[in-house]
Amino acid sequence: MNPNQLPKSKSHKSSLEILEAVGRNAGLSLYALFALFPLVWMLLCTFKSDAQMYNTVFRFTPTLENYEAVLLGTDYFKAFLQNLAVSGGAVLLTVVAGVPAAYALARYDFKNKEGIAFQILSFKFAPEIMVILPVFLIFQKIGLYDTYLGLIWVYQLITMPLLIWVVRGYFEDISVEVEQAAQLDGYSWFDVFFKTLLPLIKPGLVASGLLAFIFAWNSFTFPLVLSGFKIQTITITSLRYIASDTVHYGQVAVASTIAVLPEIIACLFIQKHLVRGLSFGAVKG
Amino acid sequence: MSTATKKKDETINYNEIPRNVRMRPYFIIAPGLLILIGIMIPFAAAIVLSLTNYSFKLPSFKFVFLKNWINTLTDAAFYHSLWVTLKYAFCTTVSQMLLGTGIALLLKKDTKFSRILKVLFTFPLMVAPAIAVLIWQLMTSNSIGVLEKLLNVFGVFNFPWAASHSTALFTAVLIDTWVNTPFVLLLVLAGIQSLPKSPFEAAQVDGASAWFTFKTLTLPMLKPFMYIALLFRLMAALQEFGIIFALTKGGPGDTLMNISLTAYLTAFQFQKLGVALPGLLILWVIINFTAKFLVGRQRKLAKQAQGY
Repeated sequence: MNPNQLPKSKSHKSSLEILEAVGRNAGLSLYALFALFPLVWMLLCTFKSDAQMYNTVFRFTPTLENYEAVLLGTDYFKAFLQNLAVSGGAVLLTVVAGVPAAYALARYDFKNKEGIAFQILSFKFAPEIMVILPVFLIFQKIGLYDTYLGLIWVYQLITMPLLIWVVRGYFEDISVEVEQAAQLDGYSWFDVFFKTLLPLIKPGLVASGLLAFIFAWNSFTFPLVLSGFKIQTITITSLRYIASDTVHYGQVAVASTIAVLPEIIACLFIQKHLVRGLSFGAVKG
Repeated sequence: MSTATKKKDETINYNEIPRNVRMRPYFIIAPGLLILIGIMIPFAAAIVLSLTNYSFKLPSFKFVFLKNWINTLTDAAFYHSLWVTLKYAFCTTVSQMLLGTGIALLLKKDTKFSRILKVLFTFPLMVAPAIAVLIWQLMTSNSIGVLEKLLNVFGVFNFPWAASHSTALFTAVLIDTWVNTPFVLLLVLAGIQSLPKSPFEAAQVDGASAWFTFKTLTLPMLKPFMYIALLFRLMAALQEFGIIFALTKGGPGDTLMNISLTAYLTAFQFQKLGVALPGLLILWVIINFTAKFLVGRQRKLAKQAQGY
């Protein structure tokens, strides 16, 4: 603030500041290498032929034969579509049933409200294997084993607690006056909900829906136990590439890349809401 | 309705509100809750089944009462799996908390570089655990892996990674850390961005050292955020299944056999469902108590931090 002091303090700090900046950037670069290089390496491997895989590192002649083998030759593409159907269906059901529940938990004051909210959250923390063993048994009895409906239902354990808790926070952010004003204008409760509230929470809803989709897409335990030959998800199918006798690493890389790509694209769209979604609304980033 | 709104700030007399309005929230919440409870009926089933000799091989089953429980609690394999569970949870959580917090502090200064990195660092978090294992197999494979080629330069050949008893845990923890460190990083970073400016300016005026400021101001105010990160990571790490299953199915030998893996193999490989369940129920109790403890601590710390 004092113009006389400014240059003095600057020159005094400069050597220390430079050192700090160097250290900081070195640390960040190291971590960036750890976090990002495996993804880069995966992408490189997709373009290597089986022969080049063994005797080259960075310099090789790129080929698309791995992509051809995975997308045309096997049932990977089918698994991709089925994974899309199961995860998408799960998120759809969660939005239809979960958004009203989130609204009720945000707006109404009723007995046992916090109890119910925590009950919903606790579903997230139940060990997946414990839930899934009896479900496996029951699903086989009632014919839901290896069906879309069965998987979509079980996936609610992943998607519903997330969506309810996050969207509840977005509803709470809207002041009650907005609703009351609309009601005074003669709108019915139904209209208020769909015409004023929903548009206001839309960005948050889309973000948490996408995040729920990513979690469902990534699910491993549920489809491992509850799907058989009819429905295959991408996480389970991808693992088969490494389990076979002669491992085609190029195809492993392609399978992984295609599984990860939609998620990274989705993640770019929800950056602003990511912290809030990941922490179930506990931290408003 | 008007009485209800007028009384909003005072205590609400539920009898003054018409019954249909009073019941509305329950109706709205019902579909979501029913879907979840429907899937949790199996939880009750788990307790009942743990008292039976249920097996997928046998046509019928009968109650054996506490036999499975006693067998579990007197079985050395159970204590081994408990030990693996705790060891794995401890190693992954500690490494992720330290690394995540450290990198978040490095990202504190707002530069172009750090803004780009913040976005890029979220990528591994999106990767499914099973896929993360595949990606790391491309890295560590002794025939094609880039890490093997790097280690060759230093004279190390055929580093065993997941194949050896002594390095399997390290490999699993490494993959878990790669995936989940960004979670801690993001939460702590959100905490850093919410820090108020005035206490830090006051400390600077008073000539406090950087370490003193960090210890008495930054850290206490970040702690509530770190506790949330810890809660989520620890709960997940205690029941980790995907990474270990995809990596070695609990092997080599029983090196990585945590409670989840043991139960899965008991139920599906040895076809003994009843025997598999007591261990899982014990794990569930452990997870629940840890969660309650951490949530309680977090609330206390959040209140303390607001007092600054």
